[in-house]
Parts: sequence; structure tokens; C-alpha cells
Amino acid sequence: MATAVETLRDTPFTIGGRTFHSRLMVGTGKYRDNDTMVRAIEASGAEIVTVAVRRVDLDRTKQAGVLYHLDPKRYFLLANTAGCSTAADAVRYARLAREAGFNEFVKLEVIGDQETLLPDVQGLLEAATILVREGCKVLAYTNEDLVTALRLEDAGCAAVMPLASPIGSGLGLLNPYSVRTIKRRLQLPVVVDAGVGTASDACLTMEQGVDGILMNTALAAAQDPVAMAHAMRLAVEAGRTAYLAGRMPRREVAVPSSPLGGMLD
Amino acid sequence: MSDTIDITLNGERRAVTRGVTLLQLLASLKLDPRAVVVEHNRTIVRRPALGEVRVAPGDAVELVHFVGGG
Repeated sequence: MATAVETLRDTPFTIGGRTFHSRLMVGTGKYRDNDTMVRAIEASGAEIVTVAVRRVDLDRTKQAGVLYHLDPKRYFLLANTAGCSTAADAVRYARLAREAGFNEFVKLEVIGDQETLLPDVQGLLEAATILVREGCKVLAYTNEDLVTALRLEDAGCAAVMPLASPIGSGLGLLNPYSVRTIKRRLQLPVVVDAGVGTASDACLTMEQGVDGILMNTALAAAQDPVAMAHAMRLAVEAGRTAYLAGRMPRREVAVPSSPLGGMLD
Repeated sequence: MSDTIDITLNGERRAVTRGVTLLQLLASLKLDPRAVVVEHNRTIVRRPALGEVRVAPGDAVELVHFVGGG
């Protein structure tokens, strides 16, 4: 007998011509140690992992590069431009990342406000346009604004990444309507990036029909990151499956589940 | 003439051997050229060219790699 899941036909998760099995992407920052990071990433089932570009520590007093711990043959490395607050800086970091030689994908961030880490959408569009022209596959971290998402699509991005809530906040999906609208209106993959705090946030996000989620702090700052990574893997699958299954309509009044007939006198 | 010159390496002034190539600079720092990306005066120098580019006094060299991030 076929299980329920076998009756579902999901479309492949393809970004910039590459197809992935897992719809969960994870970051590699802020873990208490590298062993926990590696085990959490394994438990998440993620194939795409994000990394940042920084100066080599010439004094070697701090940890070595992340690639000493993660096998770039096993994971698809997605470099980010985190920390950049101008289009010019973001382009510079993206070029350095590309030169590292793993792939032409970049998660483009241009931060416009240091307290909220909300994106500078004008700088983002400017940087995206330059990098697309240079052949980069740009995944653009943006806010949940439809018009910006449409402009990023027009600019030739490979995916748009609207936030659920501010980076590292764990506030969950604050604006399901806007994220749903972006997904409905764009042809591009929509991957929600930032803000999920726990498994229900991830599930609710995937139930909006988006193509995937990227998270970092929700795993790294959990009391047990490996267990949370497992929970997130299940939540992303549950949310995606529920979306494909199609939820029942909402009603303002009750409808009995048991027959009205056959009641005793 | 001094045997060393001052350059700015990852934002800090550092004395290096006069006429050293970027590849020799990496070797002196015990860095694997495959594990870092080199920017010389704001221009990325590809790995095959590292042995051909020599640093001059006052040059800015940045050595970057991937670290954990979200």
C-alpha cells in the first residue's frame, strides 16, 4: 500500500541550475565548537551550507578556516557577503568568495541598519546587477517586500531570500502574507532566510509554499544544536508536505466530525 | 638599502623581504595557497599568478578565507 507521502509529487528544488534534495540550508556561524557544528549540520540533512569571507588570522590565535571542519566535496558551499553595508563592499567580498573556487553562487547581503540588520534594498539591487553581469548566481537576502523581490527577479538573481524576521532574532515568521505573496508572484525560487527560532516557525514558513529555508542561529544558539537540527529537518519536511497536501479551509464556526443521525432519543 | 620593506598585510603594517613574491609571502606565513584568496592593492591575484607578482613598499595585501557564517 502506498503511504500518503508517496502519493505526493514534489517538484525538484532547483536554484541556478543546480538541484538539491534538502530544502533546509544552514549556516556555520556562532556554534560553541566545531564538533557541534559538524554534527548539527549532519543532523539537519542540509546540503547547502553558508560561509563568510574574512581575513586569515595571521597570529593563528583564533580558529582556523571553516573548511578544516567541513568537506567541500560533501557540502555545497554558499559564500555570503555578511557584514557588508555598501554595494561596493558586497561586490568585493563576492568576488573574493568566487575566487576561492568552489562555485559561482553567492548569498548577497547589503546591510542598511546595524540595529535590525535589515537590508539596504537599493544597495542590494545595485550589487546584484553588477554580480549577475559578472556571471554570479545571486541569492539575494531581502526584506519581505514584494516590489523589491520583483526588482531582484528582473535583475537576474537566481533566488530571492526574504527574511522571516531580523537575523538572529528568533522571532519567527512575522509576515506570512507578504512571504506568501512573494512566492505567488515570482517565478524564481523563494528561500526564507533569517529569523526562525524553533521548529514550528520552520514548519509554518514552509506551509506558505516557499521553496526552502536558511537558518543559522536557531541551531547554533539552541541548548542542544544537534537535536534542534533534527527537529528542523522534520519541521521543514512536515511543512513542505502539508503545503503539498493542501490544508482544509478555515471556518468561523464548528462543523461536527461525527454523524448527526443515529443519536439516541 | 634595507633588506626589508613595509607593506600593509591584513590591515597591519608588516616588514617583509624586499622583492618577495606573493607566493613566497604565503610560504613565509605557512599558508597553503589553495586555502586563501589574495587581494593585492584591491585586485584579486589568481593562484597561477601568485609567483609572478612581487610586493612593493606600501602595498596593501589582503589574505582571506572562509569562516563560519550565516
